[in-house]
Amino acid sequence: MDVAEQTQAPTDPSTVDSQRVPTVIADDVHVIYRIHKGAAANTGATAALKRIVSRTSTPNIREVHAIKGVSFTAYQGEAIGLIGSNGSGKSSLLRTIAGLLPPARGAVYTLGQPSLLGVNAALLNDLSGERNVALGCLAMGMSPERVKRITPEIIEFSGINERGDFASLPMRTYSSGMGARLRFAIAAAKEHDVLLIDEALATGDRKFRVRSEQRVRELRANAGTVFLVSHSLSSIRDTCERTIWLEGGVLKMDGPTDEVCRAYEGR
Amino acid sequence: MANTAVANLDPRLTPAELAQRHGLKVANDRPPLREYTRQVWAYRHFITAYSRAKVTSSLSNTRLGQLWQVLTPITNAAVYYLIFGVILSQGRGIDNFIAYLCTGVFVFIFTQTAVANGTSAINANLGLIRALHFPRAALPITVTLVQLQQLLMSMVVLAAIVLLTGEPITLRWLLLAPILFLQTIFNIGLTMVMARFGSKVTDLKQIMPFVLRTWLYASGVLYPVSLLRDHLPDWAATLMEANPALIYIELARYALLESNRDNLVAAPMQLWGTALAWTLVVGIGGFVYFWRGEKEYGRG
Repeated sequence: MDVAEQTQAPTDPSTVDSQRVPTVIADDVHVIYRIHKGAAANTGATAALKRIVSRTSTPNIREVHAIKGVSFTAYQGEAIGLIGSNGSGKSSLLRTIAGLLPPARGAVYTLGQPSLLGVNAALLNDLSGERNVALGCLAMGMSPERVKRITPEIIEFSGINERGDFASLPMRTYSSGMGARLRFAIAAAKEHDVLLIDEALATGDRKFRVRSEQRVRELRANAGTVFLVSHSLSSIRDTCERTIWLEGGVLKMDGPTDEVCRAYEGR
Repeated sequence: MANTAVANLDPRLTPAELAQRHGLKVANDRPPLREYTRQVWAYRHFITAYSRAKVTSSLSNTRLGQLWQVLTPITNAAVYYLIFGVILSQGRGIDNFIAYLCTGVFVFIFTQTAVANGTSAINANLGLIRALHFPRAALPITVTLVQLQQLLMSMVVLAAIVLLTGEPITLRWLLLAPILFLQTIFNIGLTMVMARFGSKVTDLKQIMPFVLRTWLYASGVLYPVSLLRDHLPDWAATLMEANPALIYIELARYALLESNRDNLVAAPMQLWGTALAWTLVVGIGGFVYFWRGEKEYGRG
């Protein structure tokens, strides 16, 4: 297959292809979450014992099929919006592209290492904001010197110090908006080949939103491709020219933002 | 509905071929072992910062804070001494039973807690795993390093106990450094095995306390090791004496306790050999075993 492809390539006049470099290819991706039924309500110890003794075939594990065979190709320089109702698999798809959630079937191919800008990136709530910044940057693979240099900038950008010195307080004392702003600021401190943004722009107050949208534009200029998950169609219209609509784990529509958004609103 | 997606692809190429032509990589591919080792090394700053952070945050809700790092081993030693030294008076045949007991308890707790916490190293950090990219081996290593820090505090307490019970300071105390180094590597390996195993079998966390308590009783911590030979058939005693926890404990006693020189389970050179073997086998084996599962961590 390899050889055949290579001999074909020079004669293949697919100029479109050579100009447009794909950065993310999803090939029939399935994501399945496995949930232990032990956590469900009506299964007491006796019920569990009964199941074991009587060897009933009731599976102990329930599967949630979050993404059912999604395929698409994203190219360099594209900004792609992901829309769909709650639980339609948007965040799961982003995590799978980022390589953080292994697909059950199918494959995701990426150029470079995609980075997920999530508002729910776990940090240590008992530690001060400052230490969380350092930890987050180290976890993204920065050198300690660079972390030291960049920490004040991140705190400044997040704006958590606008109401007094919050950076030295534990993160559990932050409001949810402040925490989300700090997480976004940490993740946005690095430049990425493929950038995946999960609802990040919806957090924080208006001032922060303007600032973060500006930052995303900067990152986009340097990044190959940007994915944006959002429930706000206006923010998708502002940043993305292409949009993918997911519904119930299935790709329902993929095309220019205007078209897809209109169909989505008119559903 | 699927046709819009397919329309974006060059119809002559399958996605895999298109990916290969442009040099795209599978998103969560497992790097080769050498590359993986290099990545783990490159993340050493994250690993140390994360373990320091874990230590701080684990005690940040207590009033006495970091003081508990010292108070916990003292309390532990006091409880075990009360039960096994005073009430059951197991100490017959051991000159300095309290120091003997404390050495065993502290060295064993290092391995015990690392393994117990390592079992949930993956599952307790799913949020972090699904948010950021880093070699997952950083997590079990962190678990061990957190316990190492606790152990070093315990060793300060132990040194005080050993001196107060009348043992002399000798040059052999320096041997404690290589002993604990070997044990740390052993613990990292074992933690990695447990982390991968525990990420698959979530019930393991419920079973581990019993396994670890059995291991405690089999490691000659709470009673003289000579009891093993007295009460067990020969083959079982030999098996027990190869127990890695026992080996590390006996080495630590050899280094610290002048009064216990004649009670060792084996000659010092033999202890060193066995300890080294355990360290290499479990350390390297555990790392390779963990690496082989790298793709699966974080799966729902």
